[in-house]
Amino acid sequence: MTAAKPPDNGHRRGVASLPTNPRLLPRRVSVVLGWSTLAALALLTLFGLWGAPPDAVQGDAQRIMYLHVPAAWLAYLAFTVTSVASLLYLWPRTRSTVWDLLAGASAELGVVFTGLTLLLGSLWGRPVWGIWWAWDARLTTTAVLFFLYLGYLSLRRIPASVETRAKRCAIAALIAFVDVPVVHLSVNWWRTLHQQATVFNPELNPRIHGVMAFTLWLGVVAFTLVYVYLLDRRYQLAVLEEDLEERELDAAIAQRVAEAPSPRPAGVHS
Amino acid sequence: MNLLRELWVVTAKDLRIEARSRVTIGQVLPFGVIVLLLFAFALDPDRGILPRVAPGLFWVAVLLAALLAVSRAFALEEANGARDGLRLSGLDTGAMFLGKALAVAIQLFVLEVILGAGVVLFYDLTPRAAEVLVPAALAATVGLAAAGTLYGVLAAGLRVRETLLPLLLLPVVAPVMLGATRAFEAGLGLNGAPGEAWPWVEMLGLFALIYTTLGFLAFGPLLEEA
Repeated sequence: MTAAKPPDNGHRRGVASLPTNPRLLPRRVSVVLGWSTLAALALLTLFGLWGAPPDAVQGDAQRIMYLHVPAAWLAYLAFTVTSVASLLYLWPRTRSTVWDLLAGASAELGVVFTGLTLLLGSLWGRPVWGIWWAWDARLTTTAVLFFLYLGYLSLRRIPASVETRAKRCAIAALIAFVDVPVVHLSVNWWRTLHQQATVFNPELNPRIHGVMAFTLWLGVVAFTLVYVYLLDRRYQLAVLEEDLEERELDAAIAQRVAEAPSPRPAGVHS
Repeated sequence: MNLLRELWVVTAKDLRIEARSRVTIGQVLPFGVIVLLLFAFALDPDRGILPRVAPGLFWVAVLLAALLAVSRAFALEEANGARDGLRLSGLDTGAMFLGKALAVAIQLFVLEVILGAGVVLFYDLTPRAAEVLVPAALAATVGLAAAGTLYGVLAAGLRVRETLLPLLLLPVVAPVMLGATRAFEAGLGLNGAPGEAWPWVEMLGLFALIYTTLGFLAFGPLLEEA
């Protein structure tokens, strides 16, 4: 039956499930978001370097906090988004490639933010603790988190049909996410050197005030904007990548069909 | 009851293959012993470091051997379309997961006993507090086998299986490594009293429970896609 016309759907890797709209946010919103992100980062630089006073104990080294803490929060946000998107993919009623691509985009950003957290923390630890790295609970948990999701990203790169990859990766993302509290618990029992949470401490009483608190919140807002903006861009890129792959496959098959010497197109048996 | 019988069919199959091929005993076990020797080469055995760090070294050796054991468990299913056979067998996928994990766990436990004897022999360690060590080792083994089997099926059939599996599995089983090492240290009196091992044993049990449940639920969909 399919021999009469070029195969349009038979070989396609679930192209029907590819989102028709490659954008997460409307174009105008994306542009405004981009400029707001730049403005927020500029403001954060101003406040982080000059606006906020140096720390009474740690001096200027403490300014790294305005990047380190937002990066860590965003890493957790990104991985949470990955998990929720993976769950929405696995739920039959909400199954859509949109969630899969979103999960992948968010995980990639999460790994970047986790790496940034480790790097900035290391730079902060050197002047304050006297060491680049300490075997502290949070540092260790963050390092494990980094590798957990690095593995997830490797899994995403393995070629497979869109559906196969999406399902496999969604399950892997959830397995990894479940591991996070266990790692946290075990490592916490193991050792603790890192300072306790400043804002979300057990007493829920922020131990940071005035310009410093404002700068920290500014950092969180700026980094959230960076995250949302990059997520939008990365998602669009992912959709276009999938689309390109489909088109290249179509072109390659069309070429093969055209090359076939027999009247029956080659490779169409099903 | 049906679940148990189906589970045992899979376990018996894997153990029968092991009994005939002797890959775990003939290859994975010697590998583990070599790792123990390498540690002795790396850390000067005469300075008394080895007995102090023996629990950690033991569990690293077990972890590396577990990677090979899990790889082997799924390499079995590659040849002759065995995975399709498994899929078509009509067995419950949850039972399949439990069966394969149990086969891995049994082999790992045997491995641990022999490697444990190797540690006592090579690292000059006196075994004691078996009432703590055995539950800790059992809980850790079940956790390793469950997480390993889950990631084994996730990576099954992929061309990059051998390199991907360690990257996926090792960060996930970090709590097992940590918990089992601390429990053994406490049990052997190297770091605290034997009684201090129990919170770690509970953590290992929690890990085993979580990954057994996850594997039970996820094995079917993953096998379908493999």
